[in-house]
This record gives sequence, C-alpha cells and structure tokens, in this order.
Amino acid sequence: MAGQTLYEKLWERHVVAAPEGEPTLLYIDLHLVHEVTSPQAFDGLRLNDRRVRRPDLTLATADHNVPTDPLSTPISDPISKRQLEALDENCKEFGITVFPRGHENQGIVHVIGPELGVTQPGMTIVCGDSHTSTHGALGSLAFGIGTSEVEHVLATQTLPQQKAKTMSVSVEGTPPPDVSAKDIVLAIVGRLGTGGGAGYVIEYRGEAIRALSMEGRMTVCNMSIEAGARAGLVAVDETTIDYLRGRPGVPQGDEFDEAAERWRSFVSDDDAHFDLEITLNAADLVPFVTWGTNPAQVVALDGVVPSPEDAPDSDEKNTLQRALDYMDLTPGTPLRSIPVDVVFIGSCTNSRIEDLRAAAAVVKGSQVGPGVRALVVPGSRRVKTQAEAEGLDQVFLDAGFEWREPGCSMCLGMNPDILTPGQRCASTSNRNFEGRQGRGGRTHLVSPVVAAATAIMGRFASPEEVRA
Amino acid sequence: MKPVHVIEGRGVPLERSDVDTDQIIPSDWLKRVERTGFGRGLFSEWRDDPTFVLNQPQYAGASILLAGPRFGTGSSREHAVWALMDYGFEAVIASSFGDIFRNNSSKQGLVTVQLTAKDVEDLNAMVKDDPSRLLVVDVERLSVEVPDAGWHRAFVLDPMTRERLLEGWDDIGISLRRGDAITRFEATSDAPSLVGVFDREGHAR
Repeated sequence: MAGQTLYEKLWERHVVAAPEGEPTLLYIDLHLVHEVTSPQAFDGLRLNDRRVRRPDLTLATADHNVPTDPLSTPISDPISKRQLEALDENCKEFGITVFPRGHENQGIVHVIGPELGVTQPGMTIVCGDSHTSTHGALGSLAFGIGTSEVEHVLATQTLPQQKAKTMSVSVEGTPPPDVSAKDIVLAIVGRLGTGGGAGYVIEYRGEAIRALSMEGRMTVCNMSIEAGARAGLVAVDETTIDYLRGRPGVPQGDEFDEAAERWRSFVSDDDAHFDLEITLNAADLVPFVTWGTNPAQVVALDGVVPSPEDAPDSDEKNTLQRALDYMDLTPGTPLRSIPVDVVFIGSCTNSRIEDLRAAAAVVKGSQVGPGVRALVVPGSRRVKTQAEAEGLDQVFLDAGFEWREPGCSMCLGMNPDILTPGQRCASTSNRNFEGRQGRGGRTHLVSPVVAAATAIMGRFASPEEVRA
Repeated sequence: MKPVHVIEGRGVPLERSDVDTDQIIPSDWLKRVERTGFGRGLFSEWRDDPTFVLNQPQYAGASILLAGPRFGTGSSREHAVWALMDYGFEAVIASSFGDIFRNNSSKQGLVTVQLTAKDVEDLNAMVKDDPSRLLVVDVERLSVEVPDAGWHRAFVLDPMTRERLLEGWDDIGISLRRGDAITRFEATSDAPSLVGVFDREGHAR
C-alpha cells in the first residue's frame, strides 16, 4: 500500500464522523476570527440560542477594517467603528480572546497566528478569510470559510467537508538573486491559472521550498487560493521547529522537544501518491509583475505587456483586452517603462519582518521618486515593534515612505487607505482584481524588493537598478 | 434556509469571465454588520454604466444569472451570495465556480449550476434572442430547461447539497446531533487550549 500524503495524515487525524454518503465531519483545532466575516455569525448564534462550543480554541483580532493612522486618531467612519465595536462586544459576550486596535498582539490574522505560535503543525485551522491557506506553511491544514461556516464552527467546533484531491508542486534547484518567495508563487499561479488548483490541496515541495524561511513559505502558501486551491501545505522540517521555539503559544522546555518530535511526523511519506504533480525549475524564475486583473496574469519584470492577439481563443482574447482596457496598458510596453503613483508594502502575503528588512535594504539611502506615494504597513504590532527596534522605520521614513499602524490596509481597501480612480499601484499584496484597492485603481502585484525599487525609481524596477 | 425545489424565471447573460467576489460585492460594503440590504451593492462598480446588462430594461426582474467561467473566485466573503440573493437571483449558471463561493451558496439556498461553456453560450444566445423566455432550474430532477425551445440539460450536485437544498436543512442542526461523537473526539484531541497562553486581557502569559 502506498504511503500517505501530509494532507491525508492531517485529514485522518481530525475525522469526528464519516457517515456513509455524507460529507465527513472534521474537527477544527483553531478558529481565527476577525471583524468582517463574523458579526452575522454571532447574530445567528444569538437567534438560535446557541453558545460557542470552544471559546478556548477561538481567537479574534481586528485587521481588515482598522485604520492605519496613529492610534490617537479616532475612527472617522461610523460604519467601520460599529463593526470593530461589534467584534469586541461579541468576543466579550461569548468569552473569546480578542486583540482590538492598539493591542500588543493585534495584527493581520494570518500574521499573528504563526507569530504567536498558536498556529502549529498537525492542526486544522479555519478563518472567515480565503488567505487562511497561509498557515499551511507550518504543516497544518488551514483553509478559508464563509460566514455560515464561521457560525457552524463557533457552534460545533467542526465542519462538514468533502476530501480534496492532492497536488504536489515541486520547485527544484536554486533561484537567482532577487527572486523571492513571492516570485515563486506568482510563477506557480501563472502556471496553474486562477482555476487550476480548484478542488485540490497543494503541497509545495522541492529544494527551493525547503530553502525558504518560514516567512517565505507563508508567502507561498498564502497565495494558494489565487490558483483556486483552498489550502497549501509545506511539510514540517527543522526550519519549522526552529521558527516555533520560544513563541508564546508553544510548550516550553522539555515539553517543546516532545511536541517537536510529534510535529516531525507531519510530512508526506516517500511513497505517497499525489493526484497531480507539477515541477518548476527555480533557476528559470525571475522577478515577476502582474500586468492584468487576475493574479495569474503575470509577466517577467524584464518583459512587455502581452498582446491579446497571442491568445489561444476568442474568449481569452476578450478577457485579455478587457484587462488591458481596465489597466490602461498597451501591448508591447516594457514593464520597466510603466510609471506608478503608489507603492504599498504590506498585507498577509508580505508584511512580516523579513519582508520589511528586505525592502528597507533596497531603499536605504535613496529617496522615493517624485510624485510617488509609498506606504509601509507592518502586518502586526509585534512586527512593527521589532522593525522599530531595528531602525527600519527610520530607513523608510528617511526615504520618504509613510510608516503606518498594522492592519490589512490597502490590500483590500476597506479602511481609508485606498487608491483613487486611475491610480497605478505596485503592491506586495495578493489580488489585482478590478477595484480591489479602491474603485478604478490599478494594481500590479510584486515582491517586497521590487516594490521598494519601484518606489525609488517611480516605475517598475529591480533592486539592482537602485544599487547601481 | 428555505427549501428550494424548482426555480422558474428569466435569465440575464453576464458574459464576463473571472468575475471574482470583489466584483460581485466590493469591500466597501463589507463594513456592515447586517445580513440584508446587500442587493444595492451587487456589481456596484458596473451599475453606473447604463449599458451594463443588469441596467437593461428587458432583463429587469430576471432571477437566473448566466455567468462566465470561474465565477466567484477570490475572497471568501459570503456577502457575495447575500448580494446576489438580495438582488433577486435564485440560481447562477456557469461553466466553473470558485470553491468557497459555491460552498457558501449552498448554505444560503442559492443554486449553482455547472454546465459546459458551450451550454452556457447556447443559453446566452437563447436569452438574448428572447429575454422574456422562461428558464427552469429543477433541483429535484437536476435539470435545466428552456421549455419553449425544447432545450434541456442535466447537471450534477453532490447528493448532500441537493438534499439540503430540497429540505432546507440547517447544517448546524445536523452537526449538533453528533454532539456525542464530537465530545468523544475531544476527549482524545491534542488541540492546545488558548486559556493557558493568554490572560483575560489577551496578554501572553
């Protein structure tokens, strides 16, 4: 009999009931909650006189909607304010730990889970947010759910689930300099398309994935959903164990070593069978930029805007033309010649300390290009505090960047950090959908170092252009 | 959720691919704490355009959305389903859907029908030819029909989703009936409690 994939091991460990002809009931070890997708779920509990089954396995933070202005500034939007208050009130009523705006542990839900060590190998983790796939970087089965399912997990600590198919994406070899985890995942999404991962859980494997830091692996798993896959996974290794050691949520001392020994089993067996296997060669990778209105529309930073004439069929041609019109781009234009109005460094994809260090190293001693607005939004208060201890805030401020309070911010334009119609933005976030960062805004997804170089040059640029 | 058996109504051809949930309901609408009233925000970035298909009088009151491939990809926001239903849609027909969107739809009673791209094109053509045409989505028989054109196709729903739609079942109620199994599972589970990790104010101990 063939061995098991990591996904199959995680699945098997959490089966509560597997009734014939019905979805399997899966136990959820950790439920992460934020202000946007939870208020209607808490209302549902109240309406039906239900309680939260395991408040001790539930953790809430304010992230999507929080302003990133200084904490002394009151929240100006009354609807946002009401939603943030509702999160606090609901958590208080149902006995859930919550990190509101200004709290030392507050931050983007997918940044704080791993950072606090509450995300651990072998777990099932859900959250009313599609980027929950991020937590799979630690060898846990983590996926996004809708508000009805949030209510379901609050009430039962379980979810009825159909088993997914398994896909192995191996990235072999060593990537060239200035090719980051973001470029790896943009290449994967470009290869699979926005629907290629639908119905699958992807396990990222191979030398280039093993060589990534935990934060790099989070960046890769984060964007699994952009290829349509609800979850991404990376097997546990010593990088995982070293990352977790000493974090508040993990056991300490000898107990940690015992836990680590258990965690080391969360890997796919050598003879495990995947339903689909794909291999990429890291040496072929380059810094990428998205040019269009979905994350699979990627080109090399050295490349040009593609032409709809090259599309395989008329549907695809129309799709490309529509994207070009929205983005106001002309086929054949070199990416490096396209000017930007805004640069955003942040989001659950790229707002961790290593991202900020890498971007700061590029901008140090340079100035943001004329007319460019550049923002850095750390992923959590802990990241912000750490960055300030290292002097990174000053590097960004000296270069002309804004240094803001933590939150989701301009990734999805729910708070006041938005693009105005027609503005073009180089963004380290995960989605370049129409209007994602503000109505009429044009988003290009890039890595932190490309974003940093682009801010300085005022157009898409590589770090080496700034260094030159 | 209300039981859904047969949906009879007119169709509206969206004719756009990759319509993600940000386009179905932009994030500005996500600040609300209510579950109703999202219909006004449906496709709101496009609604100002008088040529947008939902603004064309011949499609007013249509209850079946004919969408393009990969409809509902992206964000997990269930608000997208609430917006479509609040606007008056009872079914969406497309050649493919985002997984989370499709799952969310099934919890609310919005029927998602997957047909081939060619079938969706044919439906678009029939509806454009005569927007008053009646379409029938039958959850019991798992079929889509255009009676006056003699056109019908079968579609697939997993048996549990079909039964839930037909019975109007509340998922939570079903799972709560397995309370004993959940309790037994918890007795052996090693899910670490957060109680020992944070104090009442959320500070790490």
